Amino acid sequence: MSDSQGPLWEVFVQKKAGQPFVHCGSLHAFDKEMALQNARDLYTRRNEGMALWVVPSSAITASSPEDMGSFFEPANDKVYRHPTFYQIPDAIGHM
Amino acid sequence: MNNLFIYTLRLADNSLVLAQRLSEWTGHGPFLEEDLALTNVALDTFGTATSLLEYAAQVEGKGRSADDLAYFRNEREFTNVLLVEQTNGDYAKTIIRQSFIDHFNLLLYTELAKSKDETLAGIAQKAIKEVTYHVRHSSAWAIRFGDGTEESHNRAQDAVNELWRFTGELFEMDEVENALSKEGIAVNTSLLKEKWEKQVTDLLTKATLKKPETSFMQTGGRKGMHTEHLGYLLSEMQTVPRMYPNAKW
Repeated sequence: MSDSQGPLWEVFVQKKAGQPFVHCGSLHAFDKEMALQNARDLYTRRNEGMALWVVPSSAITASSPEDMGSFFEPANDKVYRHPTFYQIPDAIGHM
Repeated sequence: MNNLFIYTLRLADNSLVLAQRLSEWTGHGPFLEEDLALTNVALDTFGTATSLLEYAAQVEGKGRSADDLAYFRNEREFTNVLLVEQTNGDYAKTIIRQSFIDHFNLLLYTELAKSKDETLAGIAQKAIKEVTYHVRHSSAWAIRFGDGTEESHNRAQDAVNELWRFTGELFEMDEVENALSKEGIAVNTSLLKEKWEKQVTDLLTKATLKKPETSFMQTGGRKGMHTEHLGYLLSEMQTVPRMYPNAKW
């Protein structure tokens, strides 16, 4: 990708107040204001949300595919970490 | 012809011609994100134009539809100001033209929202939010270009120098608008001039650009006397409905 489009930013949209900001994609922009405006034009034109975060992609530290085994597999055989062994009274309904 | 029809049509033509100009960038923007951003502005502007044309057609009451007004009038019958028909040029010129118009439109619609004509007031009310964003978009770019590289600065300054002469017309009043303004329907744009000049001068200063010294102003759009660019724009915009007058899709 040509760098004449500016650096990459990640966009997070909040659908409703109180809900988490959800990653919805990325975009190019040269500065914060442009990133925010582009996010508005690209990701919220169909009423997708009411608040936006934009974060420089370079600010994100990600796990790498090689980490997969040591990071995530140890959790596979530890079903007791899921709270599925509790009896939930009917009155409480779906949790 | 009745004054309200003439006035509504003028407002409509400003939006329609500008929207058509902006839509020329669709698919040709400097990069994907900005292509979409400007296309959004064009769409907003087409939306305002549609509402105004529908109202104009209704006020006229002669059986012409909004489409008839858009597609079956000739150059001399269009009454938009000259500024909106000026060619896109490079992106700096498009942005400078847009920032001049956006600042004007925000002032205009803010006043028009208080009009005694409820339909015009309603259309203006809806447009205010859209134009508030347009101002933010075009201002940010104007500053970026003006206060950017030597190349972008020069291009932006050239655009200011070229387009300034078309800004005087925005604030002209004639007997139609004076009469409607006295009735509390039309906006007296001559009263917006000082505010507009201050806002635009502030923007230009932030963008390290200079307001031209010249006070010479072009005029004629209201009387259907246009620059040579409008004819080309209309022929492109009107070609399909004129070739297939009753086409439906």
